[in-house]
Amino acid sequence: MLSIKNLHARVEAAEILKGLSLELPAGEVHAIMGPNGAGKSTLSYVLTGRQGYEVTDGTATLDGEDLLSLEANERAARGVFLSFQYPLEIPGVPAMTFLRTAMNAQHKARGEPEISATDFLKRAREVAGQLKMDFDMLKRPLNVGFSGGEKKRMEIFQMAMLSPRLLILDETDSGLDIDALKIVADGVNALRRPDRAMLVITHYQRLLDYIHPDKVHVLAAGRIAATGGPELAHELEREGYDKYARAA
Amino acid sequence: MPAVKKTVDSVEALERYQHGFITSVDQEFAPKGLSADIVRFISAKKQEPEWMLEWRLAAYERWLAMDEPDWAKVNYPRIDYQDSYYYAAPKEKIGPMSLDEVDPEILATYAKLGIPLREQEVLAGVQGAPKYAVDAVFDSVSVVTTFKKELAAVGVIFCSFSEAVREHPELVKKYLGTVVPASDNYFACLNSAVFSDGSFVYVPPGVRCPMELSTYFRINAAESGQFERTLIIADEGAYVSYLEGCTAPMRDENQLHAAVVELVTLDDAEIKYSTVQNWYPGDPETGKGGIYNFVTKRADCRGDRSKVSWTQVETGSAITWKYPSCVLRGKDSVGEFYSIAITNGRQQADTGTKMIHLGEGTRSRIISKGISAGRSSNTYRGLVSAHPKAKGARNFTQCDSLLIGKTCAAHTVPYIEARNGQSVFEHEATTTRLSDDQLFYVMQRGLSQEEAVQLLVNGFVKDVLQELPMEFAVEAQKLVAISLEGSVG
Repeated sequence: MLSIKNLHARVEAAEILKGLSLELPAGEVHAIMGPNGAGKSTLSYVLTGRQGYEVTDGTATLDGEDLLSLEANERAARGVFLSFQYPLEIPGVPAMTFLRTAMNAQHKARGEPEISATDFLKRAREVAGQLKMDFDMLKRPLNVGFSGGEKKRMEIFQMAMLSPRLLILDETDSGLDIDALKIVADGVNALRRPDRAMLVITHYQRLLDYIHPDKVHVLAAGRIAATGGPELAHELEREGYDKYARAA
Repeated sequence: MPAVKKTVDSVEALERYQHGFITSVDQEFAPKGLSADIVRFISAKKQEPEWMLEWRLAAYERWLAMDEPDWAKVNYPRIDYQDSYYYAAPKEKIGPMSLDEVDPEILATYAKLGIPLREQEVLAGVQGAPKYAVDAVFDSVSVVTTFKKELAAVGVIFCSFSEAVREHPELVKKYLGTVVPASDNYFACLNSAVFSDGSFVYVPPGVRCPMELSTYFRINAAESGQFERTLIIADEGAYVSYLEGCTAPMRDENQLHAAVVELVTLDDAEIKYSTVQNWYPGDPETGKGGIYNFVTKRADCRGDRSKVSWTQVETGSAITWKYPSCVLRGKDSVGEFYSIAITNGRQQADTGTKMIHLGEGTRSRIISKGISAGRSSNTYRGLVSAHPKAKGARNFTQCDSLLIGKTCAAHTVPYIEARNGQSVFEHEATTTRLSDDQLFYVMQRGLSQEEAVQLLVNGFVKDVLQELPMEFAVEAQKLVAISLEGSVG
């Protein structure tokens, strides 16, 4: 589904990604682990089209379609979703309004009809229930005054509602206590489907106790330094990233 | 910050003013310049009684002795008051006309602006849509006022100011200048001498005005100023909601708009006054042209438990100098001020309010949202004061500023004076910059950059938009979007 070949990217003068290649087939969950500064967040921003991240070489395609030439919102409409490490606060815009606006923008871009208010509400209640979210939270301005855990839950809620194909989770476990982590992980697991792929970016192994990846990649110094099964995550937890950082 | 950079670039390149056309119509002007003779000319044109002329001349004498104020945070070259026309009117008969008598060019102008001047057009609108009456002021004269008969049936007087002077002199004499005295300030004093036209509203005791009233001001003539005067009186227990809108053609020279608005509420009366101001803002690149909007608006909550609510959406004008205020004289009277001020290009705005608590138990609330983009400057200036007798006075003020880009400026200048120990004043203020992070977050969910800016800005101004009458809130929301349109690279 997602195919990245020899990706080079820079932020201002610094080259962060230096020839990264990765194949993520539909139905699979891959974890990207790596030390701070390895380029994990840069990878998520380059894939989702954040401005200021310049791709100097390589390709990234989603089901054969070039992603890199598309605007951020065009990628979103094609089913690319990023769960942010630090979700932003949007004052004055209730979460429901925000999400419905986003959903309809995506529908419009894909030439699909708008979702009716009743259908939207029905679905929102359903998903909120699954994530054990207080429905009233959806009437409040998005993320304003939310706790870290609430913000992450809201990200997963949006993800479930928008029903993307490629799900990128950037440090979703940061700032979560163990109960919140379980709820979020359950939410993510419920979204696993044969026609979906997930990229789980994390510094620590603990999230992978709840979201079981098919493969684990080690990202160090801007490229994939090693790839293995779930056991690789445990090894990293024991031995740290030193080995890869040195090799790079 | 590339996304914001793009926004800034395109906001600066913006030339979206949609009301900049000029209507070609035969007009009659007073000779250029200002003198006692010009004041007499205007008064004679309007067939005014002697007392009105004397009032004007006295104001003119006072004005000659006054100096132009310079304390506002705005910069402009010295105005040559002799280099402007003080009276410009379509060549038509004076006084109220039927629509058939109005120059078709003028009717076409209002049609183009989307202002319904034919009552049947309003009536033919969406079923159940609220009706509203319009007074249309074209340069120095009112060309038509709609729904007068229907309003007269419940005793509401809604007419042009000139007509009020002729037809209801007792009301005009009783209230004119009692809220904003002729000598109040330089621009108000100038207005008192040369005021052209405007609206007059009187709502009798116990009457709830059955429809929204609105006045639509259009400056068309070149090198002319507009000096309208509006007076609204809500007698005991009365209620009225009034909206004013304004536009002007794009012209290279600056034009002065110095209006005076006086509101009076007696016991238990309420006036809701909304403004959607969209004068030509000048060229966004060079700053050339545009309206100088130097306006004095004040309400006197004379009666106990009376209430005045000002709501303004300010998007136009090269320079805005305006502080809609409330004198809270009556016991337990209430004043409110809700404001959205957007500056873009080279615009400068110095705007805010004064809440003067004189009576016991008076309350006021101020919500101000300033948005600056381009190379503009946006200042909130506000005064909240409590007189020694205003025991138990309360005020809540919230001033928020949003910056788009790095070349604009926002300032907040609050003055707070409590002269008794039993008043409670709260003041909150924030300044934030529209961030790349926020824009990216919203775009990642599927909105284009333009839609993302609109969503964020509409969220920012929501508290104020919801104070506007329903049918105008939509218009205002569109205006907010247009003012910042083109923010996509």
